Amino acid sequence: MSGPALVFVEQGPDGALDELSGQALAFARRLESPLHAVLVGPVAAAEPMRPDLGALGVSTVHVAGHPSLGAFAPAAWAQAIAETAARLSAAAVLAAGSERGNELLAHVAARTEQPLAANCVSVTPGDPPEVTRVRWGGSLLEQARVHGSPLLLTVAAHAVAAEPAPAPQEAEIETFAPELSEADLLVRISERVPAAAGGVSLAAADVVVSGGRGVGSAEGFSVLEELAELLGAAVGCSRAVTSAGWRPHTDQVGQTGTKIAPEIYIACGISGATQHMAGCKGAKKLLAINPDGEASIFASADYAVIGDLHQVVPAISAELRKARGT
Amino acid sequence: MNVLVCVKRVPVTGGKIVLTEDEQAISTRHLGFTVSPHEECGAEEAVRLIEQHGGSSTVLTLGPPEAEEQLRDAMALGINRAIHIVTDGAEWDPQASAAAIVAAISSAEEPYDLILFGNESADGGNYQVPIRVAHALALPCVTGIKAIEVQGGTARCEQEVAGGRDVYELPLPAVISVQEGINLPRYPSVPGRMRAKKKPVQASTPPRPESRLEMLRLAVPGGAGKQTEILGNGPEAAPAVVGVLRELGLVP
Repeated sequence: MSGPALVFVEQGPDGALDELSGQALAFARRLESPLHAVLVGPVAAAEPMRPDLGALGVSTVHVAGHPSLGAFAPAAWAQAIAETAARLSAAAVLAAGSERGNELLAHVAARTEQPLAANCVSVTPGDPPEVTRVRWGGSLLEQARVHGSPLLLTVAAHAVAAEPAPAPQEAEIETFAPELSEADLLVRISERVPAAAGGVSLAAADVVVSGGRGVGSAEGFSVLEELAELLGAAVGCSRAVTSAGWRPHTDQVGQTGTKIAPEIYIACGISGATQHMAGCKGAKKLLAINPDGEASIFASADYAVIGDLHQVVPAISAELRKARGT
Repeated sequence: MNVLVCVKRVPVTGGKIVLTEDEQAISTRHLGFTVSPHEECGAEEAVRLIEQHGGSSTVLTLGPPEAEEQLRDAMALGINRAIHIVTDGAEWDPQASAAAIVAAISSAEEPYDLILFGNESADGGNYQVPIRVAHALALPCVTGIKAIEVQGGTARCEQEVAGGRDVYELPLPAVISVQEGINLPRYPSVPGRMRAKKKPVQASTPPRPESRLEMLRLAVPGGAGKQTEILGNGPEAAPAVVGVLRELGLVP
């Protein structure tokens, strides 16, 4: 493969390199091409990322600056990436498989009329290159050939670790002003509405107590809420529950809901459909409570209680109160 | 206004995915089918927009002859008519899908003010068909939208992000991909289902272009091989559960 691999990178919340961008860079090294990075924003933002970028093997960082590029504008950002790829005759263009990474590379793919493989977990260089990508929210893998140039792909989150490169680089910064049309800037963020404060966030909770169809009704969640309060946990639910209107969609754990990563996930009356498991596979431990010993959720569970949640959950709450002497 | 919503027929997978022997597809012998979740909300959103602003709605799918079932489901919600790009069941890659959808949109009698998609299909998860369609039609596009408000010639769209919601304002016509949670789709009424049977479906059978993202085979990821510790049966298991929570340092 001739020409460098170009990776779109973003800044993390602390100003350093975003975690998933780091993983995308480590993944891109498998293509055995010189590694370049492209980012959008002021040079001042690139400086604190340089040490990480160099350690990951990036020789050059292309920083797209433009007076109109302050707010995120998908088409304009994609133009900046596509323009850099063309200038370098890049052999491959990659990004993290985040919502934004997938969105931007899809724009690049549309502009360059090339195929895009989203959420890859492995790549084998060749002519054509082969990738393995995740489907069904991670429940299925697809092996595919990508017939296009440059090779466009996004990297599934946590498919690889952001290991430093065997040969660290200087990560020299080069700035450029992309050529943007009016149409490129038509769609842009005009406002950020902050989230309402309060409650334990599902995505960040250490403990999640979740209910499925087995809860039976909206009112049935009161026993789960009681346990969640005792544990300082967030309350979640399955898609069957939101479809029935028992809980808001913001509580849904799953492929089309929130992806969680708690220390323990307590799944009550949840059968364990693939749609649901795609959202909770990041949990370190899974405790399943279900009256059906054959329920598929038990195959993924670390701990199992066979029983009706309406009896088991209040008993756990009572036991916790007893232990605390309240 | 004139709204188009694109939907995909996908199997309702249960607890475990089983593949066909040739590893080219999910074995669906024992499975039902549905509209991919984000797109189900797209269909509901189309119906609500027409209820609010007047006009008409169309649902489009690219899929096997049986996908007419999903078109009827969407029309049972209140969508007026359907376009069916009929395939032989083989998967079309995202570029081919987008090109066929663009051709169907371009040959529509009345131009669409709004073209809705799901953010990504449940099965393919390619995250690109809406953007490719928008680019080919030179229309503005936003993805992952959880709220749409149309006023005059503008759509105000909200996207959920860490820490809040990002707002985009798009001039119509536009392409918007939505996420589940934008609404709670209604349960189709019996009269709605009856009416849906009589609504028009315009079918075409274009040839399938060669895949540039060429699927070789599917695989089910290896099981975690988890050792499950059974803590007990019924309420008697409560002390053991609290013991586990204590071991993990989650209760004092």
